Amino acid sequence: MNVALETRGLCKSFGALTVAENIDFRLETGARHALIGPNGAGKTTFVNMLTGVLAPSAGRILLGGDDITDAGRAARVKRGLGRTFQINALFRHLTALDNVALGVAERRGIAARVWLPASRHREVREESLELLATLGLADDARQRVLDLPYGKQRLVEIAIALGLKPAVLLLDEPAAGVPKAESERILEVLDRLPQEIAILIIEHDMDLVFRFARRITVLVQGVVLVEGSPAEIAADSRVHQVYLGEQHHA
Amino acid sequence: MSHAGGYSADARIRWIEWTPFVAAIACFFLLPEYVPLGARILIYILYALSLDLILGYAGIVTLGHSAFFGVGAYVAGILGAKMGITDPLMQLAAAALAAGLLGIATGAVILRTTGLTLLMLTLAIASLCLEIANRATTITGGADGLSGIVVAPIFGLFRFDMFGKTGYVYCLIILFLGWLFVRRLIYSPFGASLTGIRENSLRMHAVGAPVYPRLVTVYGISAVIAGAAGALITQTNQFVGLNVLGFEAAGELLVMLILGGVGRIYGAFVGPIVFLIAQDYLAKQFPEYWYLGIGLLLVVVVMFARGGILGIVDGAVARLRSKA
Repeated sequence: MNVALETRGLCKSFGALTVAENIDFRLETGARHALIGPNGAGKTTFVNMLTGVLAPSAGRILLGGDDITDAGRAARVKRGLGRTFQINALFRHLTALDNVALGVAERRGIAARVWLPASRHREVREESLELLATLGLADDARQRVLDLPYGKQRLVEIAIALGLKPAVLLLDEPAAGVPKAESERILEVLDRLPQEIAILIIEHDMDLVFRFARRITVLVQGVVLVEGSPAEIAADSRVHQVYLGEQHHA
Repeated sequence: MSHAGGYSADARIRWIEWTPFVAAIACFFLLPEYVPLGARILIYILYALSLDLILGYAGIVTLGHSAFFGVGAYVAGILGAKMGITDPLMQLAAAALAAGLLGIATGAVILRTTGLTLLMLTLAIASLCLEIANRATTITGGADGLSGIVVAPIFGLFRFDMFGKTGYVYCLIILFLGWLFVRRLIYSPFGASLTGIRENSLRMHAVGAPVYPRLVTVYGISAVIAGAAGALITQTNQFVGLNVLGFEAAGELLVMLILGGVGRIYGAFVGPIVFLIAQDYLAKQFPEYWYLGIGLLLVVVVMFARGGILGIVDGAVARLRSKA
């Protein structure tokens, strides 16, 4: 298996507070991997280091074998690293179509053009509409995002990320705040994502994690506690102790 | 009335968008005694358009836009009064270029910040420009202002007359070109990306947009337009004073745009028209208290119509459509 994303000895400290310590992590091409851990485990910090929002204090990040530790946020996206946010980070006053099109236009390299009107770039509009249709949002394409139900907004988040055609997709709690019925819809969508994309999901919904992931990493206080298959994680006593408690899956 | 651009927007010019220009031409023939005021309004519309581009579309909050207007005004004035360059189009181009360079240079520094820090930095830059103009008396005239500005006939044919008619037509043509350019920009992919940055810069980073270079670019473009507007005010008045660089000028511009409606293109048309006509009327009727009327108008708009006057019109049209 090729390694899509890898971290070597990744550390992050804020003064005396260490929030990530020596994290070695590998995400294979086409992986369905979950990162779990209790609140404050450092999951979002880890994602923020991967995406360039935070600079690591030490360690390296490799994307497709290339060192991207010092690359800017935009450069990482252009190299194939997409993400969604724990709390919706959408263009709330724009239509679902424009939300996706902004990303597609960036990927296609036309976003800085000034001569033709944006609406004349049909290839962007058609690709965005197609993407929304595959996520079941065809009828909502011309709705402003703030007028959509929260579950659909979460799907727009995923659609924006998919519009970037990422090699690696980081999904930060895609079902957070979504009612049970709608989280089923999100899981369906995740199951249908292209197999070649390596997906790392950070999620508190254990049901979703254990149904989606083929491999799970448990992070506790900035340190990788254990990594394994869902069955191995469910059977691990250390995980029960620090995280799963009574919720654990047999 | 709202012009958001984007990939689902119809970018064709609607008939109603020609109204301001038709009205401007009609005013030229029907209200000749108001032509000088009209030219001033046209210049401020161009100036307000430049502010709307960065504030309404890119979300850059500024209190220092007068720096670019003032630099444009002084460059045109110095060329005409001190350097013997009297061709109005050369003065205009030089003013726009100088303001644009200042915009790029200052934008590259201050646009790394946001919020109050950015607001204070824009104010500081305008204050610096004001103080430089105040101290450099040999070339700017300092507190006395710069007079003796020579502006040659346009293309060697159209002399700036004492009734302001040539100036009016000249300003109208420059405004028209400026409007066409700003409109095209707003409806372009670049304009859509600016709206994206205003809406959510975090997400724009996450889709791979080079946010900072785009902001610097639009800041520079806006400065070019403001500089051109500054040149027009110098050329039509043939005088330039420190007031073009002052905080009051920047504040007034912001008030005009808020009155008209931010992020709507045509708010930049409505605001200066209402503000400057109200100023002209109230200053004649109540010379001591005319600002009170402007203040009350602003309070009413901010309290009851956050989309400005065009926001009120939009709301009324929407209600009428829902009843129909």
